[in-house]
Amino acid sequence: MNFETIIGLEVHVELKTDSKIFSPSSNAFGDEPNTNVNPIDLGYPGVLPVLNEEAVNFAMKAALALNCDIATDTKFDRKNYFYPDNPKAYQISQFDQPIGENGWIEIEVNGEKKRIGITRLHLEEDAGKLTHQDDGYSLVDYNRQGTPLIEIVSEPDMQSPEEAYAYLEKLKNIIQYTGVSDCKMEEGSLRCDANLSIRPIGQEEFGVKTELKNLNSFSFVQKGLEFEEKRQEKELLSGGEILQETRRYDEKTKETILMRVKEGSDDYRYFPEPDLVPLYIDDEWKERIRQEIPELPDARKQRYIDELDLPPYDAAVLTSSKEMADFFEEAVENGADIKQASNWLMGDVSAYMNKHYKELDELALTPEALATMIKLIEDGTISSKIAKKVFAELVENGGDPEKIVKDKGLVQISDEGQLTEIITKVLDENEQSIIDYKNGKDRAIKYLVGQVMKATKGQANPPMVNKILQQEIDKR
Amino acid sequence: MSLFEHSIKQLEEMLHRKEISAEDLVNASFDRIREVDGQVQAFLTLDEEQARNQAKQLDASPDEDARLFAVPAGIKDNIVTKGLRTTCGSQFLKNFDDPLYNATAVEKLNAEKMISVGKLNMDEFAMGSSTENSSYQPTRNPWNTDYVPGGSSGGSAAAVAAGEVLFSLGSDTGGSIRQPASFCGVVGMKPTYGRVSRFGLVAFASSLDQIGPVTRNVEDNARVLEVIAGHDKMDSTSADVEVPSYTDALTGDVKGLKIAVPKEYLAEGVEPDVKEAVLSALNTYKELGAEWEEVSLPHSKYAVSAYYLLASSEASANLARFDGVRYGVRSDNAENMMDMYTYSRSEGFGDEVKRRIMLGTFALSTGYYDAYYKKAQKVRTLIKNDFEAILNDYDVIIGPTAPTPAFKIGENVDDPLTMYANDILTIPVNLAGVPGISVPCGFSEAGLPIGMQIIGKAFDERMVYRTAHAYEQATDHHKQRPQLGGAN
Amino acid sequence: MADISKEQVKHVAGLARLAITEEEADMFTKHLSSITEYAEQLNELDTEEVEPTTHVLDLKNVLREDEPQEWITKDEAMKNAPDKQDGYFRVPSILE
Repeated sequence: MNFETIIGLEVHVELKTDSKIFSPSSNAFGDEPNTNVNPIDLGYPGVLPVLNEEAVNFAMKAALALNCDIATDTKFDRKNYFYPDNPKAYQISQFDQPIGENGWIEIEVNGEKKRIGITRLHLEEDAGKLTHQDDGYSLVDYNRQGTPLIEIVSEPDMQSPEEAYAYLEKLKNIIQYTGVSDCKMEEGSLRCDANLSIRPIGQEEFGVKTELKNLNSFSFVQKGLEFEEKRQEKELLSGGEILQETRRYDEKTKETILMRVKEGSDDYRYFPEPDLVPLYIDDEWKERIRQEIPELPDARKQRYIDELDLPPYDAAVLTSSKEMADFFEEAVENGADIKQASNWLMGDVSAYMNKHYKELDELALTPEALATMIKLIEDGTISSKIAKKVFAELVENGGDPEKIVKDKGLVQISDEGQLTEIITKVLDENEQSIIDYKNGKDRAIKYLVGQVMKATKGQANPPMVNKILQQEIDKR
Repeated sequence: MSLFEHSIKQLEEMLHRKEISAEDLVNASFDRIREVDGQVQAFLTLDEEQARNQAKQLDASPDEDARLFAVPAGIKDNIVTKGLRTTCGSQFLKNFDDPLYNATAVEKLNAEKMISVGKLNMDEFAMGSSTENSSYQPTRNPWNTDYVPGGSSGGSAAAVAAGEVLFSLGSDTGGSIRQPASFCGVVGMKPTYGRVSRFGLVAFASSLDQIGPVTRNVEDNARVLEVIAGHDKMDSTSADVEVPSYTDALTGDVKGLKIAVPKEYLAEGVEPDVKEAVLSALNTYKELGAEWEEVSLPHSKYAVSAYYLLASSEASANLARFDGVRYGVRSDNAENMMDMYTYSRSEGFGDEVKRRIMLGTFALSTGYYDAYYKKAQKVRTLIKNDFEAILNDYDVIIGPTAPTPAFKIGENVDDPLTMYANDILTIPVNLAGVPGISVPCGFSEAGLPIGMQIIGKAFDERMVYRTAHAYEQATDHHKQRPQLGGAN
Repeated sequence: MADISKEQVKHVAGLARLAITEEEADMFTKHLSSITEYAEQLNELDTEEVEPTTHVLDLKNVLREDEPQEWITKDEAMKNAPDKQDGYFRVPSILE
């Protein structure tokens, strides 16, 4: 029997406003526990929420970027459940009137484009954080309580774990472009739950779905779904039955593990939040936010292909993050050759970031410096080989490439007299190589070039070395 | 004569003329508390040292602009006070010694240099109509200590009636200021919803709760509301509507005033004494040049049902935060997380609170939401429309505050429905969100006070005060004093 | 709307995190049944066309500027905690 897979994703994204969604506490990440809290965050008796306008703007911006319709009339509701990280024992969320609905994004897998629907995007407050100890107690930190959060629920439109991965990459990319979140999964500013079910091909009704939680990276989402897909298939083929379960992915065993079986649906007893008044979003407000959305990745990519003549591959890599694309454009504005700037960013810069697990904004390298370095290569001041040294310095410590080249004496030797002198000396010391060359061993000339480079610490202008070397050998 | 026989305005003038001092006022307050509170049991927490220190400071730096300069007052114990224990009448909060902040209403009183004497008893989390649901002590009616003072702001009404403080703050969700004011023979105002900030009022039912003043006379009441009313950016439901002068509205003139008297408010269930007192008051209005007509508020009889569903639903969520994690009492028997919740809450809450949490949880649960909660919200719309229609044609609505005078302690405790029916005349006003005041309008045969309720348009507290004041000036019910602990 | 059963009362108590004894369950069953029975009278009213009221005031878009403000200290945040450890609130971790 052949099965088809159906995947839907629920993504939570923290919005990086300065203060919390319903209280004026700082929304900073990583501070000492229980320092960014006030009586409102702690759910003290008598406190009331007041909505942060910027949180609404950010949610709208994300919703618009994800092609959602924005609700004209929207409101907040209380979602009731007891847990120590939920200080009021209700979360202020949106139930039946989410701020955004009916959105979509386009993904590309194996060269094929596909639209994935977004059912809804709603605004809510994040909970605190519970750390379990091994002594039977847990510790609660409420710093995160009240961080504005958007929940983005996809349609069950994905048919493979690969598509789920592509969806997450695209979603993250778009949201990062809007600037409303850093979407850092390792800091929890982007979190994902995945639902997967399978059904025999041709069957109309959906299979029973399982939910995967606690997924700490996009690749774990993919791996977890891959495991779950196979597990369900095996289960059904062996005559078993899929239960509505919540499972987690274990990174060590690479398996999904049962957390709990769901019995019916949870009774959250949603009702309209009486402490907050409704929101009315008119066209003027909507348009104002729409104007603030920058060019999104797909449009930017197309522009790079059409207007900058970059290959589609380059355009895709450069626009895969807003930082990269902004960096690229700034380097070009500062006079860097388009293709050279692209090559450096996709090559050495990306390699360095991957090796050191760093983001672009954590590097000492600036777009101006990259542009200057590329210009130095083009006008022959430095060789591409020397450029690697200059780059190593720029990426670690920053600075002005021209000054680095000067201070470190890295300027290319292009003086014919000086080079002739060095080459004559090299030839004098390697007479056997000259003989070999004249006897037809082409390799010998490469050895001689190498010796010249060694003598000049790599600073000799390579085309000139080749030219003079040829002349001098011919003379002998 | 006790100092507290004077109005706040008179006392302020005496203070400014240095005939009396802030210390005199604080002494008078604590002397009286010592004299009668053993009988009345209005206070849960006294703030004596702070109050006496503050009085000294105020005497050292007189301020003629402060509108409540050195006026001793009590605060209902569900209004949070920084550095002062706030229990809501519940064992769950018996150790809640510092709520960390002041309610906005308290901040506003402080800005006008009121002296807070302490915190007043109440039905636990404001759920009750007799103050018998306080987990600490029942408060007794100063007119007859065998009787309840009403509730839930029983401490607030009894303390003012007994002359322990000049005014108090109460809170009113379904009648909790007006009904005890009526039972204790004092003046209690529930302002328009959104008129006074709810920030710092421990929520019972967020869409109905309002803070309001309890005083001996209408003028004092208007003066206190002038101070505590106004927009607060910490409360999203507080209205950004200008606060007019309420004391300026007290002209004594009600000529041509159009009064509506709902027939449902004088129907079956309203005791003859009460009905008679209100009809006699209406006669007084006629003599003063006002006219009254009978009208109908056809959906009034559904108000109690709708109210208990809505208020309990909101309460079930509002009281869920009492979990024993960040404040309050955690059960010693809690060995796992589930027990921490269930034991702490079960040990910390009394029966009435549990009953309402359960009712509300039920009304919101899957399969019942539409039939109970949503239905009640729709009925609320009908009740609100009834009031709007009548108040379009009339200046005020008048009726009794409660169908009966105070009842005996212990009389209704086992029967929630009878207890709930006590609020039948006050609840609709909360559902409609309009202002309502209770003023004394006579005594029952047993010598217990009877209150008359005057209801106005939203944000037209001026008309309510004007109407109440004209009646008060024409009568002397408000001058009667209970006989407690000897001469008053 | 039927009577509330004792089982329902126990379920609701669980949702509300209240531990109730058998006796209390009986009492609450009686009380909740009589209250909901009384509430049946609302069904006399046809509310098909009536909008529900959540807020009596017609307020919209009450919003706050995105400005962080200091309010309480960390010590104050922990001041009323029944149990704490190293600047955290402490709770039992085992669910049940």
